[in-house]
Amino acid sequence: MIEAIGLSKAYGSTLAVNDLSFAVAPGTVTGFLGPNGAGKSTTMRMILGLDRPTKGKALINGIPYEEISKPLTKVGALLDANWIHPNRSAKSHLRWMAASNGIPASRVTEVLRVVGLEGVGDRAAGKFSLGMKQRLGLAGALLGDPGILLFDEPVNGLDPEGILWIRQFMKSLAAEGRTVLVSSHLLSEMAVTADHLVVIGKGHLISNSSTVDFIANATASTVRVRSPQLPQLRQLLVDQRIAFTDQDGYLSVSDAPIEQVGDIAGAAGLTLHELSGQSGSLEEAFIKLTGDSLEYGDRNPTAALAPGADPFAGPNTLTKGQN
Amino acid sequence: MTLLNVERIKLFSTRSPYWCVALILIIGVGVSILFGATASDSSITLSNSQFWANLGMMVAMVMAALAITTEYRFGTIRNSVLAVPKRGSVLAAKTIVVALISAVMGLITSIIAYYLVLTIGGNHNGQMDISTSGDWRVLLGNTVIFALAAVIAVAVGTLVRQSAGAIAILLLWPLLVESIIGAFGKTGRNISEWLPFSAGSRFTQAANPQIEGEDLVSTSAPNWWQGLVVFALTALVLWIIALVVLKRRDA
Repeated sequence: MIEAIGLSKAYGSTLAVNDLSFAVAPGTVTGFLGPNGAGKSTTMRMILGLDRPTKGKALINGIPYEEISKPLTKVGALLDANWIHPNRSAKSHLRWMAASNGIPASRVTEVLRVVGLEGVGDRAAGKFSLGMKQRLGLAGALLGDPGILLFDEPVNGLDPEGILWIRQFMKSLAAEGRTVLVSSHLLSEMAVTADHLVVIGKGHLISNSSTVDFIANATASTVRVRSPQLPQLRQLLVDQRIAFTDQDGYLSVSDAPIEQVGDIAGAAGLTLHELSGQSGSLEEAFIKLTGDSLEYGDRNPTAALAPGADPFAGPNTLTKGQN
Repeated sequence: MTLLNVERIKLFSTRSPYWCVALILIIGVGVSILFGATASDSSITLSNSQFWANLGMMVAMVMAALAITTEYRFGTIRNSVLAVPKRGSVLAAKTIVVALISAVMGLITSIIAYYLVLTIGGNHNGQMDISTSGDWRVLLGNTVIFALAAVIAVAVGTLVRQSAGAIAILLLWPLLVESIIGAFGKTGRNISEWLPFSAGSRFTQAANPQIEGEDLVSTSAPNWWQGLVVFALTALVLWIIALVVLKRRDA
């Protein structure tokens, strides 16, 4: 069980994390989602006692991280796979961590096998590829067989095989009853990994719900219907006060379930060529939700083409643009 | 004890401490052979047989500073703090381990240097005799000085967090800063003699060090125990500042 209670972190006058409260339950993979710079890493660092919160607190099983004795046996974390001494062997890297928490040295060999690095334990970790470093970091997190695991952007920079491996690994850890919190800026990745989503933007909590609910709420679903008798169908929908938009060759019905649209057409004996549910893309939904809270970047990439700024409108537009 | 073992594993699973230990031995042996072979008979004294020590201490400080700055350089300080959230214990264990290694190197190399100078240079007018307690202090004092220098280096490394910056401070301070102040007339010299590294070096000097019959140290300079106190207090104060900063700072 991880709890953040009114967690805030200020760097000078910038609030990186602002009054963030949420809880992470055991037995599920909880996704910690937000655009780059939303405050995910800072939050995780505060949970782990690395950074001092400006306000609020983070608790692990009811106590701050600093007060856990032998913390590696309770909490495992992989925040940055590059936190390794390049000349130290993978085995030595794990050996000092094990020694510091009274974990038997035999466990080092064990976790190296679990992550598939048993053959390269004596090699300097600096010579590892990113994927291997990620595995070494994972081995470090698993060293004390902890019930709580935190991963910060674990699939960043990995090849598809590595991504699949990490994804399955996290799921199996949660299936064993562990608490897993994994951050990402990719909704599509979280959609297939996480059961629950904590979404933040600009340090604020945006949403805290199950992944299914989040996606259902975030993506507007419409019904696409094609028919050779489109005018009649249009009239029937108007009669029933169902909202729709005319598209090129089809109607897009926005506030009726797919069954109802089919029933209406069937009752009137209309031929349909297509009747299909459409949901908006996850990425669109995510940007819509967190768009107001992007810390940096071009807020509106199409601004240059907004009305009044038509690039083909001639010199007049140029003058406007310069004002 | 557990944490000392942890710091021992960390230190000896990287290359730099081996290089530094080897370099201290090479400096001790090399300087002593050259000194024994070239110095005039009157210069071959117990005090001068420890000529190697200043340079050797610099290397010991580099080793001690690197023990903490590389943790910042490679981010492993975060792993250290995650494994042992009591940051004071991490710093204390690291300091004890590097100070111990530094002290042992000071002790071993002092003795090797003494016998090399004695064998090659010979013992003229009993100048290499070890009889008084002061003689023992001159011979073995670098054990203590090296340990304290390592403490200073760990503290500076913790505060600066960068290898290059920390090493620059640790080398320029005794080599340049203290001697530049000493160049500003009589007042400058009086101040400079009480600055940490100059004061510390009095601990391993004979009561009235001379070269070619000329006094090296003025009468206002600290005596051996005052010098040690100044050096030890410097180490203690710097270490406490480092401890407070480490605890407050984001890792």
